[in-house]
Order: sequence, then C-alpha cells, then structure tokens
Amino acid sequence: MCDTCGCGDMRIVSLEVQDRILAANDRTAAHNREHFVERGVFAVNLMGSPGSGKTAVLEATARALGARSRLGAIAGDLETDRDAERLRAAGVPAASITTGSACHLDAEMVHRALHGFPWRELDYLFVENVGNLVCPAVYDLGQAVNVVALSVTEGEDKPLKYPVMFRKADLVLLTKVDLLPHLELRIPELEEALGRVMPQPALLRVSARTGEGVGGWVSWLETRRRGLGRAMIAATGEGVRRETP
Amino acid sequence: MHEYSLVRALADRVLDEARARQATAVHRLAVRIGALSGVEPELFATAFTLCREGLLSGAELDIRRSEAAWACPQCGERIPAGSALRCVGCDRPARLVSGDEILLERIEMEVP
Repeated sequence: MCDTCGCGDMRIVSLEVQDRILAANDRTAAHNREHFVERGVFAVNLMGSPGSGKTAVLEATARALGARSRLGAIAGDLETDRDAERLRAAGVPAASITTGSACHLDAEMVHRALHGFPWRELDYLFVENVGNLVCPAVYDLGQAVNVVALSVTEGEDKPLKYPVMFRKADLVLLTKVDLLPHLELRIPELEEALGRVMPQPALLRVSARTGEGVGGWVSWLETRRRGLGRAMIAATGEGVRRETP
Repeated sequence: MHEYSLVRALADRVLDEARARQATAVHRLAVRIGALSGVEPELFATAFTLCREGLLSGAELDIRRSEAAWACPQCGERIPAGSALRCVGCDRPARLVSGDEILLERIEMEVP
C-alpha cells in the first residue's frame, strides 16, 4: 500500500540482490564436491570439442592406471550411450547422462547420475562432458580438476577463440600427437596462445593410440590426487584412516 | 546454447523473491555479465524475451557488461587481457579480478 496516504495504490520497490544466477547449480556442485572429498574420490571434469579424443584418452587411462586404481566414469552425450559403452568395454564402470538437446552437464545431472552408480568405491571419477568448447565451462560440477582435451588437428589458435574454457582448465591434454608428423601444428604458438588465456598454462602431449605421454598424464592425476588426500587429512578424521590403512 | 538454462535459473530466483514479497508484477531486472563468463549478452537477452511469462511477462532486462580485469596477486599491477597472463616483475601468474560474473544485481517490482 502507498506509504504516504494509505490509498491502496501499488508501489514499486527496487531490491538490491547481487546474487550469482547460477547459485543453485553452485550449491549442488558444492554438495557433490563434499561427497567426493569425504570419500577420497578424485573427480575430473573432462571437456573438449566433439572428436577431440576424450573417450580415447579415458580408454588409454584405463590401460595405464586401471590395474592399480579404481576408475569410474560418467559420460554426457546428447543422444547415445556409445561413450559409456566404450568405457565399459575398456573395463571402466560407466554410466551415461543423455542430455537430449542440452549442450553441457550441470551439477544436478551429475548428482542424479551418482544415484545408483558405485562411485563411493572409486579412486577416480571421470566426468566426460558433452563435446563442446563453450557451454560446459560455465557450470561447476563439483570436480577437483578441469581437464581440456585439444586434438592436434584443431589448430594453434583454439585457446584464443575459446578463452573461457581454457581459463578454467587445470590441464590441457594435446591429444592424437601420433598425427603430428602429418600436420603443421606449431606447438610453441599453441603454448603462447595458452599463456594469454590460462594463468598457469599446463600442456601435456598424449596419444591414446600409441600410448605416448599417457604415463605423464597418469602421474599428473596421481600427484593431484595425493594433494586431495592431504586436504582430506586436514579436513576430516576419515581422511586420516584412508591415507594410513 | 546454455543461455536458456541461465534465463530459467534467473526466472526461478526472481519469482521466489517476487512471491515472498507478494509482488503483482516485476518491472525490471538488472544483471551483470562478465566478458569471461561464457555468456553472450545478446543471446541472453533473446532467451529472456522468449521465456518471460507470468509475473515476469512485462519485465525489462538491463544487461551491464564487465570487461575482464587481471592483476598480479603479489604487487597488484594490472595485466591487460589478451597479453601473457604473468606479472613480469614478480614472475607470478595473474589472477582474474573481475569479468567472470553472471550476476543478478537488482529487481524492481510492484508490491502492495
């Protein structure tokens, strides 16, 4: 009601909010992250263009790391279950999130996929995002690290064209390096471009086909996971028990 | 095109606020979108126009853009966007000071 005379007219109020539009997603992501840290599950959000070799990297990871660590994957796909099928064939328990027309995964989709998936038993959970260099970068899923797969055929200037994606990356995997002899990719230019969008540029060269560089990628994962273990010890009593069985 | 899902998140947030205050209409929303947020303001505005209904059906949307700003975490020196993201003096990686926001700043609504 009108404050001045009580005439019953409506009044207009201006409310200062300053609230993140993705606050609801961020809350769910924080909830996912808390679960992962509590259980010592190292969650990797693997992003990249369609065809950049995300699934092949995970198949190679299974060959290199599967014998000594428990791996699992959730694969986001517009229409099919094919990526998850490939991962299961490689010995990695995998579930699909079929997004329909959605171009990215969000924290709620990941949370729903965790129900009924034995993620608590894992050392590493790979979330293979929908193939897309734009939208997935906007949504926090609760991951420990963001990894971007960039294939050698995509060109040196990809980081400059998609700065949002590469800024969020903890690591860029240059994939399909077995094809380098057939291409004219200038890797120093690619590194220079990364340095303009990624404050701490980190690039590893891998070939899922020949296995080149996969050892370095697996050591990177193991080092980062040990870092998570230390954070866990600091945060929870359970972390101490898990680290010293 | 994630702008539609962002607009839905925005509408949910605004409608919660409007209902809590028994608003009869929302007149105007102000949002801020950073150059490094991954959101295209034009697409966001289009998605908003197509999605508004109910209490929001007459709402105008003001979008304020913010540029990416980087600085050295040690000495505070500004590092221009587009250059190597490292402080030459301190040899430290730059930190993003602003430019990744997707913020709802203000709601103007009609209340009894």
